Amino acid sequence: MLRPQARRAIGRVSLSRRLSSQVPATAKMTMFAAINDAMRVALATDPRAVVFGEDVAFGGVFRCTMGLLEEFGKERVLNMPINEQGLVGFGIGMAAVGGTAIAEVQFADYIFPAMDQICNEAAKFRYRSGGEFDVGGLTIRAPANAVGHGGHYHSQSPEAYFAHTPGLKVVYPRDAITAKGLLLACIRDRNPCIFFEPKVLYRSSVQEVPTGDFMLPLGKAEVLTEGSDITLVAWGAQVHVMLKAAARAAEEGISVECIDLATILPWDMHTIRDSVRKTGRLVVTHEAPLTAGFGAEICATIQTHCFDSLEAPIARVCGADTPFPLALEKLYLPDELKVYDAIKQAVSY
Amino acid sequence: MLRRAAAPRAAAAARRALSTYPPYAEPAAFDGAKRVEFDVPYELHQLSSAPASFTYVSKAELLDYYTQMYKMRRMEIASDTLYKGKFVKGFCHLYDGQEAICVGMEAACTKKDPSSGKLTNALTGGESLDSLVTSYRDHCHQVARGDTVEAVLSELLGKYKGCAKGKGGSMHMYRANANFFGGNGIVGAQAPIGAGLAFAHKYKEDGGVAFTLYGDGAANQGQLYEAMNMAALWKLPVVFVCENNQYGMGTSKGRSSANSDYYTRGHYIPGIKVDGMNVLNVREATRFAKLHALHNGPLVMEMDTYRYHGHSMSDPGITYRNRDEVASVRKARDPVERAKRYLLELEFATAAELKEVEVAVRSEVDAAVEAAKANELPPAHELYEDIYVGQTKEFFMRGCDMSASRGVYGTTK
Repeated sequence: MLRPQARRAIGRVSLSRRLSSQVPATAKMTMFAAINDAMRVALATDPRAVVFGEDVAFGGVFRCTMGLLEEFGKERVLNMPINEQGLVGFGIGMAAVGGTAIAEVQFADYIFPAMDQICNEAAKFRYRSGGEFDVGGLTIRAPANAVGHGGHYHSQSPEAYFAHTPGLKVVYPRDAITAKGLLLACIRDRNPCIFFEPKVLYRSSVQEVPTGDFMLPLGKAEVLTEGSDITLVAWGAQVHVMLKAAARAAEEGISVECIDLATILPWDMHTIRDSVRKTGRLVVTHEAPLTAGFGAEICATIQTHCFDSLEAPIARVCGADTPFPLALEKLYLPDELKVYDAIKQAVSY
Repeated sequence: MLRRAAAPRAAAAARRALSTYPPYAEPAAFDGAKRVEFDVPYELHQLSSAPASFTYVSKAELLDYYTQMYKMRRMEIASDTLYKGKFVKGFCHLYDGQEAICVGMEAACTKKDPSSGKLTNALTGGESLDSLVTSYRDHCHQVARGDTVEAVLSELLGKYKGCAKGKGGSMHMYRANANFFGGNGIVGAQAPIGAGLAFAHKYKEDGGVAFTLYGDGAANQGQLYEAMNMAALWKLPVVFVCENNQYGMGTSKGRSSANSDYYTRGHYIPGIKVDGMNVLNVREATRFAKLHALHNGPLVMEMDTYRYHGHSMSDPGITYRNRDEVASVRKARDPVERAKRYLLELEFATAAELKEVEVAVRSEVDAAVEAAKANELPPAHELYEDIYVGQTKEFFMRGCDMSASRGVYGTTK
C-alpha cells in the first residue's frame, strides 16, 4: 500500500523522467488501449485500486477495461448493476476510507442520475468535514462528445455543469498519449476527478504511447502550435477541429496559436492569458451549447486580464443552444468552417 | 389536459368509471371463440387471487395478434439490416423475441375502435385510454399503439415523416392520440413518469391505468422504488411491468440483481410473474392487472421473456451468452411461432392462409423500408424548434444564427 506522498513521488519521478532528454519506451496504442494501460498501471501499483462500472468486467462497451478482470481478479474489477447514482456513491464511500475508486459511467449522458452524489457529496466531502475526510481517491471516467450519429443521449459534453462545482477536477484528453498520462494523474490526484473521454477518438487516435508509469500534469494547458496573430482554445475532440481550422487559416498566412486546455477545472488561466497578450485575439470553441458553456468563463476572465491587448472581440464557436440533435448533428456542431470563419472575422476586425 | 370533474359530480363519475370495469372474473365463452390453456403457471407475490390459466379467443383476435407480431418481427429484422447498412442515425435497440408483450398488453388495454368509436379491448391499434411509457426499446410499442411501420422506420432514419419528425430517433417514439408517452433513453427514468400518469388517470377519474415498462437491468435503479412507494401510498392505478429479458446490457440478471424474482421486488406491492412469450397469456394477465390497479392500486407484473438481438446494435449479444442459448429459446419459446401454433391447432387458419398473411406483411415492411429511405430529412429550422413554446424571431436559440457566417455554411434563421 502506497501512502499518498509516495504516490505523488512516483508521479514526480515519471514526469521528470519524461521531461529529461531520455526517450521513454513507447508502444503503438489506440486511445482505448492507452486508457486500459493507465488503469492496468494503477491497479498494479496501488493495491487499494478497484475498477467498477456497468459491463466493465467483460471489457466495457468501448473495450477500455479489456483483460483487467483476468489480470486483477473479480475483487478488483466489478460489474455494476445499472445504477449510476449508486455506483458513484459506492465509489465515494470507498474513497472516503482511503481506497482508490476508478468508476466508469458508460456514457457522459448517463452521469446526470449521479449528479447529486458527484456535486453534493464528492465535491463537498473535504470542505464540509473541515478537512477531516476527503474522497480524493475517486475518479469517474465517462465517454463524452459527439460521435457522428449518437443522438441526444450518446453525444453530450456536460463539462460545464461540473465546472460549476468547486471541489471537483474535470479533465479532457485529446488523444491516446494524453489519455494515458492524464487518466493516471487523475487516479492518483487526491481530489475527486471526472475524466471525460472523447468517444470518437477511442479507435481513431493511434499513437506511440509511453509504456509503464506515465503521468501528465493536471491543471496545465498545452500550447500545440505557436503563433502570433490569434489564439485558439479547445479541449477533447474539438482540439482536432481547431487544428484543422488553424491549418486552413495558416494557408492564408494567418499565424495561429492553438491551445489544448486539457483540464477544465481548475483551468490554466495563465497560459491562455500570456498567449492572448501576445496575439491580441482569442477564439474559444467547444461542442457543448454556447450559453453558459465553459467558453463563457474563459472569455470573461481573459477580457479582464487582457483588455489592453485585445485587437478584436473574443469569439466563441460552440454547439447551438439546442438539445444535442439526432438528424441535424452537422448543423449543430462547431465544425472546422465555423471556427475558420471566426478566425477570419477576428483577424479582419 | 388534467381537469378534474366538478366536485359534486366527482363521486358519481368515479363510480361510473369503476362500474365500467367490474372486478376481474374468469374469461367467458363467446360466439366463435375457442378456449386455450396456457403453458406456464403464474408466480404470485402477496396476491390472493390470480388471472385464469386459460382464455377464450376468436379467430379475428388471434389473427390480428399474429399479424401484428409477425409485422413487428419483420420490422425489427429490417431495422437490423438498415442499421448495418449505415442508414440509421443514433443508437438502436431491437425488440425481436419480446413481441408477445406489447401485442398482448395492447389487446387488454381499453381503446376506441377506430371505425365505430366505441370503447373496446379486443383488437390492437386503436386510440388507447390506458397510458403507456417504456424504455428505449420502443419500436414495437409504437406499432402496437397504432402507428405505421413506415413512421417507425422513418424515425429510425431521422426522417421528417418519422413519428417524432426525425428528431427523436430509435429511442424516442411517441403517440399522443394513443396515450403512448414514449421511449426513454435513460435507464429507469420512465418509472416515476408512469406513477405520474397513473395519478392523472385517478385525478381525472377516467378509468384509465398507466403501464410503466422497464427491464431487468432498470429494476436496480433507485427511481423505480421511489415510484413504487408513491404509487402504493396513494393507491395509484399503475402496473409496473418488468420486461425481464434476462440481461441488463451485457450483465445477466443473476449477476446484477440480488433478487431476480422481479415480481417480488415491489415488496409491499403485489406481484405476478407471467409467461411473456405467449401473447394470450400476456393478454389475460394484463386484463387482470388493469382491473387490479383500478380497484386496488399498483401491481408489479414481471414478463418472462428474451431478446434475440444484443442490447443495442453495437452489442453482438454473444460475448456474455452463447449462440446455443439464443437458438434454444428460438426453438422452444418463440412468441411469434407460439401464436402461429395456436392458430393452426385451433383450426382458425391453415398454413397456406398464414403464408398469405406473411407475404402481405413482408411486402408492407419492404415498402415501408423503401419509403423511409426515400423520405426527406428534417429541414434545418427543426434544429432550433420544439425547445420552448412561443419561440419567435426575437426569441431564438443562440448559436443557431448562422447568418454571421456570411454564407460560409448556410443559414438557418
